[in-house]
Amino acid sequence: MADPTSRPVPRPTPETQHYWDGTKVGELRLQRCDDCEEVYFPPRPFCPKCSSKSVTVFAASGLGTLHSYVINARPHPAWAQPYSIALVKLAEGPTLMSNVIGCPQTPEALELDMPLQVTFEELTETITLPLFKPSEARA
Amino acid sequence: MTDVAIVGAAETTELGKIPGMSQLQLHADAAFNTLADAGLSVGDIDGVATAGESPTGVAHYLGITPHWVDATAVGGCSFMIHVRHAVAAIQSGQCETVLITHGESGRSNIGRGGRPGGAATLAGQFEMPYGPVGAPTLFTLPVLRYMKDFGLTHEQLAMVAVVQRQWAGLNPRASFHDPITVDDVLNSRMIAYPFHLLECCLVTDGGGALILTAAERAKNFPQPPVYILGSGESVETPMISQMQDLTSSRAFRVAGSRAMADAGINHADVDHMMVYDAFAHLPIYGLEDLGFCQKGEAGSFIAEGNTAPGGCLPLNTNGGGLSFMHSGMYGMYALQESVRQIRGTAAAQVPDAQVSLCLGVGGMFGASGCVVLGNT
Repeated sequence: MADPTSRPVPRPTPETQHYWDGTKVGELRLQRCDDCEEVYFPPRPFCPKCSSKSVTVFAASGLGTLHSYVINARPHPAWAQPYSIALVKLAEGPTLMSNVIGCPQTPEALELDMPLQVTFEELTETITLPLFKPSEARA
Repeated sequence: MTDVAIVGAAETTELGKIPGMSQLQLHADAAFNTLADAGLSVGDIDGVATAGESPTGVAHYLGITPHWVDATAVGGCSFMIHVRHAVAAIQSGQCETVLITHGESGRSNIGRGGRPGGAATLAGQFEMPYGPVGAPTLFTLPVLRYMKDFGLTHEQLAMVAVVQRQWAGLNPRASFHDPITVDDVLNSRMIAYPFHLLECCLVTDGGGALILTAAERAKNFPQPPVYILGSGESVETPMISQMQDLTSSRAFRVAGSRAMADAGINHADVDHMMVYDAFAHLPIYGLEDLGFCQKGEAGSFIAEGNTAPGGCLPLNTNGGGLSFMHSGMYGMYALQESVRQIRGTAAAQVPDAQVSLCLGVGGMFGASGCVVLGNT
């Protein structure tokens, strides 16, 4: 039987705390370099493109597209059925891993480049995960 | 005497108890202080050595694209050994400027590695919560993007396994010998769509070793010499979700082009080739990223028999990780097969093989090493 509580729980570090504080209040937070304007992920207190330490945290739109995925058929204690492990290309540029929920976990339903929007799922008192669902506002 | 010098040296800004930084950030803090000491910027660095953390993680974190890394991790003396390796590498021209970092959250224990996938690592925070179950659910992630962008079909992907089984049929030491068809592959158990069981590597036991010595001494040994004509290496990312381009491995491109330039060869000079095949898409990426095929053409190149027995570019002639064996770190076996081909002692010997190119992958498109071997 699937046991959702067996899902691995992230443990924030000082450099990522803002990200997890954001998901808890319904924001997907990214960072933008004040000098070269690079938007990047995962979090770090400097720009990976130009090394500037002048960077700003901001709330992303939460919109993106389905860049690639697999449908895992191997057993995982937290899932009962095959599920998608997806790479989501955010409207702001960076790509991140997530799950696409709210649609059948099939190649037919999971169409590459389909528009997605973030949705938040509370995992513990302190950690909320950003997941993605098919966008209601299809472009 | 060497022609190499240390041009920057510094410690982290604080020492003692630093609860405000993860272990990885301690590496970065020390790195930036040392760069400042030397008057350099991140863009000047083309080599990274570290222990405790992986050089993949450090390079990705700092935004470096190295073409030399040394992850030698043998305890506290590792960093001295890194210096030694860096001297050799610099003298031989493999890289110009090496950054060696150390950082350890030994007291505060923040973001400290040790166990892969620890909850405070970047992968632990940004990949593991989404349910990957090992390499078959991660290394496979880029492929649907590749298929859509370049028209690779499920049948062509399956043909990689079919062709390698043809080679395995010629190799008595291979795990599997019986021929398989595209239908066999596509009807085998689904592991992680679009990958079926026969498109994933074996899991077996085994080992291998190599002994290297100066070329001027090599002819005094019983076996015919196998010369290292060139080599290359690189890293890209500790997380497959952060690949720059899902249809190409940056590490393959950097390592492969370096090795070929180092060896002074072009594609037509390669008589035999190995591409580490943990999964069926690896040979496709390897052939394209090294320029043996145009982008998007490696799938049909393989499916048409060009890498099969009798083809123009014999590839993974031992049967590869898909049919020969795969213990977890397969690269040694790929090297062993390249050596056998150059010595002329392979089970499925390529006639008059004089140059063999052996391309390895590390992690999941995380790293690459490439070696060119020859008999003269």
